Amino acid sequence: MSIQRNDWSLQRKGIIDQERHKERVREAIRKNLGSIVSNEAIILSDGKRTVRVPIRALDEYKFRFDYHKQKHVGQGDGKTRVGDVIGREGQAGQGKGGHQAGQEPGSEYYEAEVNIDEIAALIFEDLHLPFLQEKAKKAVQSKKTQFNEIRRTGVIANLDKRRMIMENIRRNAREGHARFGDIKKDDLRFKTWEEVMRYESNAVVIAMMDVSGSMGEFKKYVARSFYFWMVRFLRTKYDNVDIVFISHHTEAREVSEEQFFTQGESGGTVVSSAYQLALEIIKLRYPAADWNIYPFHFSDGDNYYSDNDEAVRLAEELISTCNLFGYGEIGEEGSGSYRRASGALLSIFNDRLKDKKHFSGVRIDDKEDVYPALKQFFGRRGIETPA
Amino acid sequence: MEDREIRNLEKAVEQIWEIALRFGLDPYPTNFEIVPATVMYEVGSYALPGRYSHWTFGKAYQRMKTMYDFALSRIYEVVINTNPAYGFLLETNSPVQNQMVIAHVLGHVDFFKNNIYFSKTNRRMVESVSTHAQRIMDYEFRHGRRTVEEFLDAVLAIEEHIDPNFFIRHEVSAEEEKRRAEHRPAEGRYDDLWSLDKTVNTAAPANTDAKDVRAGLPQKDLLFYLMENSPVLQPWQRDVMAMVHEEVEYFIPQMQTKIMNEGWASFWHARIMRELDLSDNGHIEFADLHSAVVSPQKGKLNPYYLGYKMFENIERNWDDPSAEDREKFGRNGGDGRAKIFEVREVESDVSFLRNYLTEELCEELDLFVYELVEEETWTISEKRWERVRDQLVANMTNFGFPYLQVEDGDYNGNRELYLKHCYEGTELDLRYARKALEHVQRLWGRTVHLETVVEEDVTVLHYDGEDHRED
Repeated sequence: MSIQRNDWSLQRKGIIDQERHKERVREAIRKNLGSIVSNEAIILSDGKRTVRVPIRALDEYKFRFDYHKQKHVGQGDGKTRVGDVIGREGQAGQGKGGHQAGQEPGSEYYEAEVNIDEIAALIFEDLHLPFLQEKAKKAVQSKKTQFNEIRRTGVIANLDKRRMIMENIRRNAREGHARFGDIKKDDLRFKTWEEVMRYESNAVVIAMMDVSGSMGEFKKYVARSFYFWMVRFLRTKYDNVDIVFISHHTEAREVSEEQFFTQGESGGTVVSSAYQLALEIIKLRYPAADWNIYPFHFSDGDNYYSDNDEAVRLAEELISTCNLFGYGEIGEEGSGSYRRASGALLSIFNDRLKDKKHFSGVRIDDKEDVYPALKQFFGRRGIETPA
Repeated sequence: MEDREIRNLEKAVEQIWEIALRFGLDPYPTNFEIVPATVMYEVGSYALPGRYSHWTFGKAYQRMKTMYDFALSRIYEVVINTNPAYGFLLETNSPVQNQMVIAHVLGHVDFFKNNIYFSKTNRRMVESVSTHAQRIMDYEFRHGRRTVEEFLDAVLAIEEHIDPNFFIRHEVSAEEEKRRAEHRPAEGRYDDLWSLDKTVNTAAPANTDAKDVRAGLPQKDLLFYLMENSPVLQPWQRDVMAMVHEEVEYFIPQMQTKIMNEGWASFWHARIMRELDLSDNGHIEFADLHSAVVSPQKGKLNPYYLGYKMFENIERNWDDPSAEDREKFGRNGGDGRAKIFEVREVESDVSFLRNYLTEELCEELDLFVYELVEEETWTISEKRWERVRDQLVANMTNFGFPYLQVEDGDYNGNRELYLKHCYEGTELDLRYARKALEHVQRLWGRTVHLETVVEEDVTVLHYDGEDHRED
């Protein structure tokens, strides 16, 4: 019989294995980027740093009973009768009996807490602005400091303690006893920096979105989640990228970022209106000689028939002035392999556009297609000068 | 914690120990350790300190830590079944909390020592698991961490499918015994030397292809069967399986006696605390804690509460039997204490509930059976006490896991593995079954089959390493 009190401060096993678990989570995330990219929790995260996303790969599979086909025993408050309803399926924590949040056998997924920045880093890993060219005339300089040298003098705040200790031990060793202590001025080492100039090409991205009546909840959601990641991607990777937001139905308007992501509208679709506006904005503010220009357009492809010729003509014009014109066509939710044979804008573009090198069109039928679309538009290709 | 507090705690332990012995409890000597919360939930998530590393422990650890950090749950007590036993006390416990936990722990330790289901448990398991951890670390070093970890994924998927009565030697049939006797020559003076030779022989590797993979079938111990008979496993993999088997063996009695064990410990912490000279505030604090531990939760079944009520009920019924019991069973009354000690010695949860859950208790606790109706509402479907009792017993059978057995290890004459789920009215979670079958296939190396019942039809799931098939 005894009471003990030991020093447990070196006990790390749980933390080490937690790291193993996290590694599995990261791997699962990498494998499931497609579904995570379009996860509501992230798109609607509203500035939160971490969100919970379901990840199936982390279940611990066993032979077990089907919780929903099993009879269970519960306990009431003394007044229960046969036929009483004690809970409803699908409502978490509603006295389902025997359920404990997060570990009940009925729960379908393991939910991992993920950091949005980490996911963004994974997604953006191989995304670039394609066909980026040096536009020397208005190239903007950006200054960066890099700590890349060690000197014997410097500001005390930049003292490199590790190197100082090494120098001290080295000097003591030379004098006959390798130990740390008795620091002299000779031992001090300081980190110093250099200023590095970076020249970046100017780029502008024109985000166009169809907000007509035929763009239902799902379609708008897909378009917005694509632009959500696009904006984030551009802002993380490039210091000097302008983004112009245009939403259109029968008429096009330049809108603020907030309006672009939140507004709902209705009406018919005249695609050429958006292209017209884009061309005007380019002419006025972003001359092609000075800017790399990337117009993107998302629509359900349900354009007014009479507008198609005009749309193709303006698209050609966009392509000839821009580095890449990207067009994404969003289908009905879950329509799978179903493709409209003709009439929709994507097939018209594919048929009639002459210069396809600088045109990229994708079809999105499922939320999970958003990630592949990002990869197609911003994948590594046509990089003529390093960004 | 100051020295003065530690001295007070030491005094409390001594006092509680004496009271426990006076009540007739017979625990192993118990060492108490005061630990910070991190250690508490670490031990809690591994179930034993010093076990091997695996990401699933890390996952459990993270969950417990989060629950603790957000004050959603709190572990007051962790107890280790060894001799001497270990009880962990959270360093932030108040004196009354500590007293109650100490009393509760002694109840558990008494149960560990005296319940028949624990009679074969390894009481030096902490040392065993730490040598296991060492060996597994060594394998990770030699074969790669990921290789070992993924192999463990497969083994852990079937870890519960062992035979809890593994220690019972299978009787050699009379015929076999006779046959052996016939081949035994008359014993000579130095014949005992031959037996030395024999032990060497049996120690030879057991997994040659020549051996009969159908011997001893059907076999409940899936883990053991795969370890012995899988055509593809490396020696280190068999060793890992043997270690996991040994660890599960150790935990099985705890899985078999959850309700009893918690009920017994709660029963005794309540009795012991009554004997202590608590202050008024102490009494209130204890009452608060006790009710938190043994409170019924609406809709749920709290094992602490059920076990606690059952032991109280048994004691009462044997102290003061009804006229019917007196006449029918010749009970004279006054035997309550003796009876509960007998129960704690010979029963497991299944027999405990079957033998001692009474109609009056089912009513008092308002127990019911509920099920999902039309995939929508969880509805109470049964209140008759025998049915409720039987359902409870059914759900506890095989510690709540489906009962699987190996039917054939040379199915189709092709060394394929045929498993059978002994269907007793509840179907398997098919998505999980398919994934678990993939793990079994990894361990067996050839096509595996699982016979079960789906939508009331006998169905066989097949998995050949690439595709799933069902018929």
